[in-house]
Amino acid sequence: MTSVFVPSQLTAYTGGVTRVQAQGGTVGAVLDDLDRAYPGLKFRVIDEQDRVRRHMRLFVGQEETRDVRRPIAPGEELLIFGALSGG
Amino acid sequence: MTEAIRLLVGTRKGAWTLESDEARRAWTVKGPQFLGQIINHFVADPRNPAVMLMAASTGHLGPTILRSTDGGASWTEAKAPPAFPKGEPHGRSVNHTFWLEPGHASEPGVWWAATSPPALFRSEDDGDTWESVRGLNEHPKILDWLPPDGGTPDGAIVAGIAIDPRDARHMYLATCSAGVLETTDQGASWRPLNQNVEANFLPDPFPEYGQDSHQIALAPTNPDRIWQQNHCGIYRLDRPGERWERIGKAMPPEIGDIGFSIIPHVRCDQTAWVFPMDGTDVWPRVSPGGRPAAYRTRDGGATWERQDVGFPREQGWFTVKRQAFCGDRADPMGLYLGTTGGEIWMSGDEGESWRQICAHLPEIYSVVAAPLA
Repeated sequence: MTSVFVPSQLTAYTGGVTRVQAQGGTVGAVLDDLDRAYPGLKFRVIDEQDRVRRHMRLFVGQEETRDVRRPIAPGEELLIFGALSGG
Repeated sequence: MTEAIRLLVGTRKGAWTLESDEARRAWTVKGPQFLGQIINHFVADPRNPAVMLMAASTGHLGPTILRSTDGGASWTEAKAPPAFPKGEPHGRSVNHTFWLEPGHASEPGVWWAATSPPALFRSEDDGDTWESVRGLNEHPKILDWLPPDGGTPDGAIVAGIAIDPRDARHMYLATCSAGVLETTDQGASWRPLNQNVEANFLPDPFPEYGQDSHQIALAPTNPDRIWQQNHCGIYRLDRPGERWERIGKAMPPEIGDIGFSIIPHVRCDQTAWVFPMDGTDVWPRVSPGGRPAAYRTRDGGATWERQDVGFPREQGWFTVKRQAFCGDRADPMGLYLGTTGGEIWMSGDEGESWRQICAHLPEIYSVVAAPLA
């Protein structure tokens, strides 16, 4: 299982919870599993061409990634953040 | 007869509703709903008023469609919002849905969605799941007609959809970079319909396509009459004619004929309203001279009369976006407009006088009038 940090922008999907667990060997697979638990969440973060949306940021541990194919090893965590934007 | 009205208001920071009494005098503001979400359009289904859709996104998150099937009491998210097919050749992804259009009366449950980048999607289940309209979105000329990065400051868009009430297969689109497009086979094929419409920002000022159509509307009592507010003026086309007439030439020269919206009268095909904005030099897009006014024609665009009673006499710098000017179906017809400064103004006497019914909302993107059932 991968521990996933969910930012405030997405807690409407997770019932207000900011830390959830999901399964998968890649960033995309973990997000797919999250979407099964919280339908609609993935599309708000990843577009239909598998690109991370412009104002969202993903980290595996300390390392930022914009590649949904990026492997996630056992024990690594996935962090989702809303980038600074807007006004 | 007048009737109680519900205004559905989409803003840059959420959705609100305003509900009136039967005289349309007293208004109650309700909301916000989805505070902080960008609501580009908030529409009730005239065929089944229990169904309401909102086009939503946020500064961070991708787009979605919010749905109610109980008249707005509860909301859920669409199972499959508008999205291009994965791996589509132009790499497009939907940034936001701009316009939501209930389908033809003969097709309950059908809705159409126009998006940025410019594309068209269709739902057959009251907006729960959406499919790409491939006849447009994969048209051989799509990148010439509707380049994903072309068009308006907030992103290239299909700005509006109009469906012929006599024929579900016959539809028009207002677009920001191909002018008006027409289909007679419900989206399988399309053609530009822009004869005599100016595009003064292109080398050929009267091209086959390339115009920026801000809004189109069919006269409810005469769907062969199309009103258009274009980036380059006000136009009218009477089908089966092909050549638009620039009826905005009859507007006062100091006002001009630039604007975002055009509203046809619900019972008279000679009557329509516009809300002019300043389209000079750097395009301030505010009321000319800081003196807001609607203009009404009652003779098909041959002449226009100024309607400014009740509006500020000076220092009124209104911007009214494409979807933020609308009418109801009552008699006399009510008119409603929302400003980017968060004010809503209404006229209960077909534009003769105006009054503010709400202030201090966020930037208003859309106002839709529906009967308060």
